[in-house]
Amino acid sequence: MIPALKISHPKFSLPHTKATRRGFMLGAAAMGTSLVVGFRAPAHAEETAVPAAPPAAPANPLAAYIKIDPDNQITIYSSQFEMGQGAYHGIATLVNEELGADWAMIDVEGASGNVALYGNVAFGGAFQGTGGSSSMASSWERYRKAGAAARMMMMSAAAKQWNVPEAEIKAEMGKLTHASGKSATYGELAAAAAQMPIPTDIALKPKEQWTQIGAADLKRYDSKVKTNGTQGYTIDAKLPEMKTAVMIHPPMFGATVKSFDAAKAKAIKGVVDVVQVPRGVAVIADHMWAAIKGREAVTVEWDDSAAEKRGSAEIMAEYRAQAAKPGIATARNDGNADDAFKSAVTVMEATFEFPYLAHAALEPLNAVAAKNGDMIEIWAGHQMPDLYQYIASQVGGTTPDKIKLHVMKTGGGFGRRAVGDADVVAEVVAIGAATGWKYPVKVQWTRDNDMKGGRYRPAYVHRVKAGLDKDGKLIAWNNHIVGQSIAAGSPFENGIVVNGIDFTSVEGAANIPYAIPAMKVELSTMKTGVPVLWWRAVGSTHTAFAVEAFIDELAEAAGKDPVEFRLAMLDKSPRHAAVLMLAAEKAGWSQPVAEGRFRGIALAESFSTVVAQVVEISMPKDGNIKVERVVTAVDCGTVINPDQVKAQVEGAVGFGLGAILQEELSLTGGKVDQANYDTYTPLRINQMPVVEVHMVASDAAPTGIGEPGVPPVGPALANAVYQAQKKRVRVLPFSKGLTA
Amino acid sequence: MITLSINGKDHQIDAESDMPLLWAIRDMIGLTGTKFGCGQAQCGACTVHLDGQPIRSCMTPVGDVGAGKITTIEGVSGKVAEAVQMVWTEMDVPQCGYCQSGQIMSAVALLTENKKPSDTDIDDAMTGNLCRCATYHRIRGAIHEAAKRLEA
Repeated sequence: MIPALKISHPKFSLPHTKATRRGFMLGAAAMGTSLVVGFRAPAHAEETAVPAAPPAAPANPLAAYIKIDPDNQITIYSSQFEMGQGAYHGIATLVNEELGADWAMIDVEGASGNVALYGNVAFGGAFQGTGGSSSMASSWERYRKAGAAARMMMMSAAAKQWNVPEAEIKAEMGKLTHASGKSATYGELAAAAAQMPIPTDIALKPKEQWTQIGAADLKRYDSKVKTNGTQGYTIDAKLPEMKTAVMIHPPMFGATVKSFDAAKAKAIKGVVDVVQVPRGVAVIADHMWAAIKGREAVTVEWDDSAAEKRGSAEIMAEYRAQAAKPGIATARNDGNADDAFKSAVTVMEATFEFPYLAHAALEPLNAVAAKNGDMIEIWAGHQMPDLYQYIASQVGGTTPDKIKLHVMKTGGGFGRRAVGDADVVAEVVAIGAATGWKYPVKVQWTRDNDMKGGRYRPAYVHRVKAGLDKDGKLIAWNNHIVGQSIAAGSPFENGIVVNGIDFTSVEGAANIPYAIPAMKVELSTMKTGVPVLWWRAVGSTHTAFAVEAFIDELAEAAGKDPVEFRLAMLDKSPRHAAVLMLAAEKAGWSQPVAEGRFRGIALAESFSTVVAQVVEISMPKDGNIKVERVVTAVDCGTVINPDQVKAQVEGAVGFGLGAILQEELSLTGGKVDQANYDTYTPLRINQMPVVEVHMVASDAAPTGIGEPGVPPVGPALANAVYQAQKKRVRVLPFSKGLTA
Repeated sequence: MITLSINGKDHQIDAESDMPLLWAIRDMIGLTGTKFGCGQAQCGACTVHLDGQPIRSCMTPVGDVGAGKITTIEGVSGKVAEAVQMVWTEMDVPQCGYCQSGQIMSAVALLTENKKPSDTDIDDAMTGNLCRCATYHRIRGAIHEAAKRLEA
């Protein structure tokens, strides 16, 4: 029996450092707080501050970020995690813009274990992690400089060997050449180059000379391995003598194992062991099928005395009741909303309801661990490596330097691999420890483990109230947001929750771009035992819906066109205005929509990227909404990979539409109702619209694109559905709200 | 012992007849291009061909395969497969890539049967293949493009 996990509040001490970019969460910036994302550790009362990213002796780029083998194979070490969003390709693009290598020789691997090299710059540098659509913002200078410095060192090495001036050497397509006829491949010179002085004065190419950044025809370096079955994921990791474990988790959140009987399971051919771990019972076998059969034969008695026993209906009823009261905390308070409402000619109010949502990535959660000597090695989707290394050391009864992480690409993520208690990574180490590390072990969740495993997009209720003056001008706004905090109780609480406001609960609501003279945004954070987590686009998945669907209602009440109504409030937000106008123009907003079609528009900023979408639908006689076309305009600063910006928006549209139309994770009596894709129903190809993506030309530093395509698609759809049905849908998903 | 013909080669495996073909392919034979997503034929990530027809290997017991010829992503070949894989790469269809083996196996089967599929034909053939990254827009485009190239 191993000791219980004591990691629910890992309080070790990555400190608050100031975010150096406007990047991560504009919500926080808009609230006047300086954001910092780090996590806290040690469980001592007095906080020991670990210094943030150690001051930089310049890292040798040819060791820290780029490895060039003698055979010219180039490996780029990525600080950012790859879950499909193209972060590896983006980073490779930044490196190769400056490095001048042959793309055919480039591969990318995930790095970990050195926060000075790999800390997320957009988070302040003190923490390696991927989230908030910040990968390109974090990498923009770091990886271009790494590529440039590596190239400069190779040129220095060549100059020295050839005894020619460095300025006369050309470096392109993986080759160094000199007019004298001398030439060498990068691979031939890399070893000598790594010994050259590390340049400190690095001039990056000006935009006019870019050939990779912004290139529309640049293809992803990793598409081929993803079409021939050779791309390896955690599920494919195989070590000698490795066993496979499947989990029996408690049927309710907060329940624990009282006892279990594994006698029948152990009699099944291939079953090796059945062990209790803090999160349940692990059935370990020679292969997956034996583990699954073994699991069916285990009986477990649970202690549910501390479990969350409410269903989602009860939870929503509580939220609804709270929404009718004043909020517990205030996230934004401009002007005097109470007075402004008194002078309003028209006052409108609406309540919106948002269900729990599952990430439901195609690769169910998994992790592989093995002990070699005194080192524990873990292969998994390590989205927050420093934290996972620390937690794994706690669970494994060792120190972080004895934990080696292998960062795997994952089959989707959408936020699910960034968990404050390390989740499946902690679980695999607990299984290893419980089995005495007799063999390497892979824990592979089944779909029902994944679906019922918690960490959902929190459920929310929004009450929104607004007042218009006699001219139809929006003069008063009140938005009360009720739901669970993602950060509370997590290692991130200290950085994310400020004065009772978890900014991930109010982002997209507290920082709306519209100039409204009196505006109050309130938050009531509820205590609920269902574990929640960031889900692609986080707070803006619900805030943008409530705001933008309600703005559409107000525009109608004011007798104004929805685009004009918004533009009138965007004088001081030219970026937002430009994006809105671009979407309207490309969608032909000024022309009547085709017969039988209906359209709606919405605008949302998330993670410093501004997106507007026009959704066009038809409503066949069966009443099912058919989304025909989504026209998107986006300003994400400098576009690094135009085709990947498109790809991310296309994917975000499909991801967002599935949730808005038909995804709901519900609970009955504390138990999750859905177990598989038959009842939890992401979008499928027959529902996918045509997607057009238009990018605003920008010289600003890149922001992000992994998430920002999600928020506006829901309200734009809702606004289109209203045009078709003259009925406002305020309870999500539509499969429920349309019939309510 | 059960004998399975996979990608043109016979494999003897020591497995109960109820073992799903997916786990035989992955854990016994060691071909990992075929993916596990749901275990209930809901997502299509495990799609392989049995005598040229797409099947969900996670719900097909090895005992039911008999002398049928199994083709996985590692073994799929021929003009249609080459066109599909090439277009898929050129159009950068994959994001995370996890479902794509299954998508490609379904697309190859579709284009083998139907040289010029309509959007409805594509919906019918591909709706069983879930892509959580929602690369559907490109999947549809890639199938049309592959059909065009195969026609030429």
